[in-house]
Amino acid sequence: MSLDKEIAVEVHDLTVAYHRRPVLWGVDFALPAGHLIGLIGPNGAGKSTLLKAILNMVPAASGWVKIYGKPYAQQKRLVGYVPQRESVDWDFPVNVLDVVLMGRYGHLGLLRRPRRADYEFAMACLEQVGMANYARRQISQLSGGQQQRVFLARALAQEALVYFMDEPFAGVDAATERSIIGLLEQLKKDGKTVLVVHHDLQTVQEYFDWVLLLNMRLIAAGPTEVTFTDENLRKTYGGRLTILSQAAHAFSQPADALVGREGREG
Amino acid sequence: MMEALRDLLTDANVRWVLIGTLLLGISSGLLGCFAMLRRRSLMGDVLAHTALPGVAVAFMLTQTKSVLPLLVGAVIAGLVSTACVDVITRYSRIKEDTAQGLVLTVFFGVGVVLLTHVARTGAAGQSGLNRFLFGQAASLIGNDVKVIAVAAVILTVLIVAFFKEFKLLAFDRGFGEGMGINMLALDRLLMLMVVVGVSIGLQAVGVVLMSSLLVTPAAAARYWTDRLEHMLLLAAAFGGVSGIVGTVVSLFGTRLATGPLIVLAATGLFVLSLIFGSRRGLLRKVLHQLRVRDRVARENLLRVLYETYETTGVDRGAEGFARHPVPETVLAVRMGLRPRTLRRVVRIAERFGWLTVQRAAGDPNVGRLIMLTNEGLAEAQQVTRRHRLWEMYLMYEADFAVDHVDRDADDIEHYLPPDVVEELERRLQMEGREPIVPPSVHPL
Amino acid sequence: MMIEDFWVLLTASLVASSCGFIGSFLVLRKMAMVGDAISHSVLLGIVLAFLLTQQLGGIAMFIGAALMGLFTTFVIQLLHQGGAQEDAAIGVTFTGLFALGVVLLSLYASNVHLDTEHVLFGEIAYVPWDILVWNGIELGPRAVWTVGGAFLLTLVVTGLFFKEFKLCAFDPAYALTLGIPVTLFHYVQMTLVSLTTVAAFDSVGAVLGVAMLIVPGATAYLLTDKLERMLLLSVVVGVLSAVLGYGFAVWLDVSISGAMASAAGFVFALAFLFSPRSGIIPTAWRRRRVLSGDGAEA
Repeated sequence: MSLDKEIAVEVHDLTVAYHRRPVLWGVDFALPAGHLIGLIGPNGAGKSTLLKAILNMVPAASGWVKIYGKPYAQQKRLVGYVPQRESVDWDFPVNVLDVVLMGRYGHLGLLRRPRRADYEFAMACLEQVGMANYARRQISQLSGGQQQRVFLARALAQEALVYFMDEPFAGVDAATERSIIGLLEQLKKDGKTVLVVHHDLQTVQEYFDWVLLLNMRLIAAGPTEVTFTDENLRKTYGGRLTILSQAAHAFSQPADALVGREGREG
Repeated sequence: MMEALRDLLTDANVRWVLIGTLLLGISSGLLGCFAMLRRRSLMGDVLAHTALPGVAVAFMLTQTKSVLPLLVGAVIAGLVSTACVDVITRYSRIKEDTAQGLVLTVFFGVGVVLLTHVARTGAAGQSGLNRFLFGQAASLIGNDVKVIAVAAVILTVLIVAFFKEFKLLAFDRGFGEGMGINMLALDRLLMLMVVVGVSIGLQAVGVVLMSSLLVTPAAAARYWTDRLEHMLLLAAAFGGVSGIVGTVVSLFGTRLATGPLIVLAATGLFVLSLIFGSRRGLLRKVLHQLRVRDRVARENLLRVLYETYETTGVDRGAEGFARHPVPETVLAVRMGLRPRTLRRVVRIAERFGWLTVQRAAGDPNVGRLIMLTNEGLAEAQQVTRRHRLWEMYLMYEADFAVDHVDRDADDIEHYLPPDVVEELERRLQMEGREPIVPPSVHPL
Repeated sequence: MMIEDFWVLLTASLVASSCGFIGSFLVLRKMAMVGDAISHSVLLGIVLAFLLTQQLGGIAMFIGAALMGLFTTFVIQLLHQGGAQEDAAIGVTFTGLFALGVVLLSLYASNVHLDTEHVLFGEIAYVPWDILVWNGIELGPRAVWTVGGAFLLTLVVTGLFFKEFKLCAFDPAYALTLGIPVTLFHYVQMTLVSLTTVAAFDSVGAVLGVAMLIVPGATAYLLTDKLERMLLLSVVVGVLSAVLGYGFAVWLDVSISGAMASAAGFVFALAFLFSPRSGIIPTAWRRRRVLSGDGAEA
């Protein structure tokens, strides 16, 4: 890791357990600023969980997260988030512009209403994702790709330095995927750091200049050309971790099962 | 007091009423299990309330208060209301919970309008209305109770007869369809049975609280078992007991309605289950956590003693390993425990026969000395071995950083199932990393 | 129209619109049945407050009911987190608390004018005779003041935190990343629901309070795509239900609150069938026109 680059995100020893069953083990990494970073790993590897743990949506059993050198809780303003599309009810009675304006709420603080400048900014963000014509459209009338663009525009409206995106390419058409990646490139050029949960191994080298390989724990992190190797991919997708998950499973079993095992052991 | 109770129980009608509420509790408990597993717990609430207009119309048409026509009215209203919920959720963007609440209250409102209309036209007194709202089992007479009892028995028999199919419906509907069972028909049958179960319950528990008899026993049973068969038996028992207790208290001189009393009995059983439930109860969870903590501390104590023997053996330049007494104060420092906590752990390990405790002769500053017994040594060897196997696995196979290995190895390693330990040994052996007690990978 | 009719109608409209307003958020947050639970369990809060202070009405009753409402949502959440299914948790909690309330009521408070029927249907017809007197001046029915007060409070709080309420209902996880105290706003909203329900309780009772909580919001949800308009429409639908229901009840001499719930259901059915955007009949009509149009082109 070169020293001249600033560290945008630093994660140390992050461990997350659901119902006492560990899903992420001691994850450590530091992301240099100004990169487009792919978070790669098989299903159930804990990719979304990692984002949620970084953003403090799920409690971590151990570890800490720093954004530009300070704890996440103090730096929320610097962080933008694009959740999975299915996480919300698209029948909700708001229009596209309303959703994008939500990105401004963090800057507004409590009690203040969005002003003209916020509206204009939100419109500019919609322009950036090519959705300006849809500003007054009810969100239930959008296609999957359009919904994704609206979420991106909302994140842009946050004016963050670091973006976390949970599968922005899931279920979108090819045209949307190209325009999203164009947008991400632009963010990178502006010096922002973007961490993207990504599934399609074919496009990793094309899209990302940095990668994190994850499978319950961090396998590798670094520039794509040296990190995205066959060896590392085998480690990430190979079955070497069955013992880890087996042990985690045994640990999370109710006491009876454990007592039974103890009995057999003796 | 006992005499009064005996008098009550010898009364033929009272006996029938008790049998009725008992059977009612049993059948609702059984039905409730399947309703809960199909995630339809609140359907009981909906059905009980929506029965009211059905009951009112049946009464207006027949002008009798006997159970059978009212039951028919309630069942029809129940079926109409479930159809309404289905239509609303299918043909609009309204979600299920809103549709349920909406149908529930609107039907109930219509029922209230009809009943007040009936009451004003003079045919029935207010008592009739009240009976339906909160249930008054005591006012039931001969034939009515028999209708309820027969319906409850039929429901119970149906559940037993179709147990396999309902189980499939609750757990893996698609698989059942694959086997050529008509799951849709089965689902409809279950729904019909719930409607009937709720309708017969109205007499005893009333419209407002009938849903409880469906939900609460089943939810309580869940804290005791993971097996459907046991859950059904328990829920039936809880339902039956609640029915009896509520009815007896209601009959026994108090002027209270049966419904709330039955529900309170069921809720009491639920709270007991929540606390003491042998599978998911709170007490169980707390005890389990304490047990994990104790076991971890105990095994860590053994390992630390073992490691102390290893290092002192090296220090002395002997052939390696020497068993000798270690001061408790030294152990407390090495384990990072407070002296009191350590003393408790030591006491438990002593009870297992794993170590001996002796006072240091002469020197009061040294305090107590701890030494492993032979059994303790064997146990410590196993614990240490498992610990190091796990550490090596984490380091070499799972690529953990060295400074994370020890901490991560802390809790889970104590619960590694034997097959996992074997697998670990096999793998590490293959890679030539498997000494008898592998040396620790981090400096002690 | 007599002055009594006016007071009853005003109370009914206030109940319906205040419940409909806060209920809209319950509908959007898929918490309609939690609203059902709260409006039942506030009974226990009222009874406990009565047993402690030996008087009905007043601040103590409001506090008791609001606390019980919060307690209900809290218990439901706790049971749910402990592994129980959410709907089972709701069912167990509110029936238990409500049953306890009914039993305590019959045991210790049977001589008060709060009887079990009152609990379910309220006594809105008697509203005009329970006058609030302050310093010897008659200020009109007490119910108008309590329900109006609860409504005003709801309006003010919702007005102040409108954008937070909107975001927390739409995407609570995202709200959390913006640093918005989502849990706090959840409990603020549940407090408003409890206060509104207890204010309505006296007039329309537990079950029909739920009707007003859910039905106007659901109706408005079918009629518009904008949250602001949905809130406004829920108030309109509420008032409409109250007026229709009251007229119906007077005409046929039946329960006012029952008739209000029936009227609300009727208005909902109209919206469900004829709403220009999503109603069944306009949708079917449009589909037919499209189909026949295709036929003509071919």
